[in-house]
Amino acid sequence: MSVNNIPAFIDNIDGRNKKNKLFLGLVIALSVLTVLPIVLIVSKIIINGIGQINFNFFVQTSPDSLQAMSAIANQETIPGGIANGILGTFLIVIVSSAMAIPAGIMIGIYLYENQGRRYSNFLRSTTEILQGVPSIVLGIISYLWVVKNITNGFSAFAGSVALSIMMLPMIIRSTEETMKMIPNEIREAAFAMGTPYHKVILRILIPTGFSGLSTGILLSISRILGETAPLMMTALGSTIINYNITKPTSAVPLLIWEFYNDPNMVKLVWSSALFLMIFVLTLNILSGSLSAKRKTGRKK
Amino acid sequence: MSSDKVTKTVLFSASLLVLIVSAGIVFSLAKGSIPAFKEFGLKFIITNEWNPTSGKEVYGALPFIAGTLITSILALIICLPLAFSTSLFVAEYFRNTRVANILSSLVDLLSGIPSIVYGLWGFYTLRPFIIKLGLSDQGFGIFTSSLILAIMIIPYATSLSTEIIAMVPDELKEAAYSLGATRLEVIFHVIIPTASSGIIASYILALGRALGETMAVTMLIGNSNVIPSGLFATGNTMASIIANQFGEASGLKLSSLIAIGLILFAITGIVNSLGKYIIRKFS
Repeated sequence: MSVNNIPAFIDNIDGRNKKNKLFLGLVIALSVLTVLPIVLIVSKIIINGIGQINFNFFVQTSPDSLQAMSAIANQETIPGGIANGILGTFLIVIVSSAMAIPAGIMIGIYLYENQGRRYSNFLRSTTEILQGVPSIVLGIISYLWVVKNITNGFSAFAGSVALSIMMLPMIIRSTEETMKMIPNEIREAAFAMGTPYHKVILRILIPTGFSGLSTGILLSISRILGETAPLMMTALGSTIINYNITKPTSAVPLLIWEFYNDPNMVKLVWSSALFLMIFVLTLNILSGSLSAKRKTGRKK
Repeated sequence: MSSDKVTKTVLFSASLLVLIVSAGIVFSLAKGSIPAFKEFGLKFIITNEWNPTSGKEVYGALPFIAGTLITSILALIICLPLAFSTSLFVAEYFRNTRVANILSSLVDLLSGIPSIVYGLWGFYTLRPFIIKLGLSDQGFGIFTSSLILAIMIIPYATSLSTEIIAMVPDELKEAAYSLGATRLEVIFHVIIPTASSGIIASYILALGRALGETMAVTMLIGNSNVIPSGLFATGNTMASIIANQFGEASGLKLSSLIAIGLILFAITGIVNSLGKYIIRKFS
């Protein structure tokens, strides 16, 4: 904190005031420039994507290139939809959540209960490193572990393993932060009545921290929903609706990638991107409003 | 009493999962890259060639290491003034106002957009714009990728530094004002020196984000496996060569891609640890 090197403020007050105003102008201009891309991106996707959104878009599987081509030639909307991608995304996300959420909450509670121990600190640093691992590396890992050795081929489960490793550190962190906010008196009161430890966790800690935990869970799901690269190496994609976790499965981001690479399907790219973006942003806003509710709830 | 012990044991065993997964990642990456390092030795890292022709197979990671570092650092440089202004706008100039709230939630929106959607926008909007400006013929390349990366990491660079700037004690600022300092002088002589470590840490963590980004860069960098010859030349990054070639790879090529994954893992690990270390040391 080198607050002591403030220069003499006496001379040239006009110049200093001018500089001051100039800088404020610069800050405002650059802040506006920062917002510009988000406005451009969102409006581009809405404008280009809205045309293809109809009922079939949600209930039919993706068309092949020929169907799309003849539809374009006849100036019709492209038939088919992204049902295989939507259901595939659900399948993969549900399986990842089933693995990452229970484990993440348990580990988060463990970290909270064992504050300050050397093992906990080591665990926390490891979790931070795990959080920083690029998703493409997790794709390689899941390919080596699951595709090669467990499902012997590309599969929804392999995708789920990659995404659950992404989710795990986020859930651990949010659980620990949530636990820290629960007043210690509540736990102590429970223990004082002789409540067994597992009941304190299941009946006191998790219900009390429920909104905090769900915020973390929703955020982590919104983070993995748009992941493409690790799924390309694990779930691969599929033109049919698949519910078997040991078989290749499509996902919305995978469909975007396929449509992007096929000149006939370009129109579908935007509607799929619109769908994915609305889905992700809804989760984000939902988790944001949950945590806002929690904050105002505490003030009362 | 014994049921409590069971619960504690269960929690402890769950915690081992993190260690097992992390150790497993390092182990599997290392094991997978053994054939590549056996064939090329440590020269793999500094070899500037990527030739999959069978019989004359040579793989080196240098073009991709260079591509990743150049795009990420350039992205950080582009992002810096934008993120810093936004932080000042939200945490200093218009603190707790409605417009600051709107600005910060808009910036948060950026972190919710999937990488592939950024790639689409970059391909269909940014790339034609680059061509129109006459900066490059195809619009692909280092600069286009860095620009999209810069937009993508703005929320990460902004959120933490905004928090840190908001935390600078009012007493320090008031002391400077009482000496007759203008707001600009308060920012540069009080706020930045006080918050510097946190601001730097948040930019380092944003850099860590940029290093591992895959899809958007893959769609914009041009995917040529050479060291980029200039700002508007094409290139390739570690993440995008893996994404592009992993599907059809086997044998030595697969091992080389895994080795690139290992190097990427190490670089992001170092950068992230550095950021976390600065935060812990100075907060």
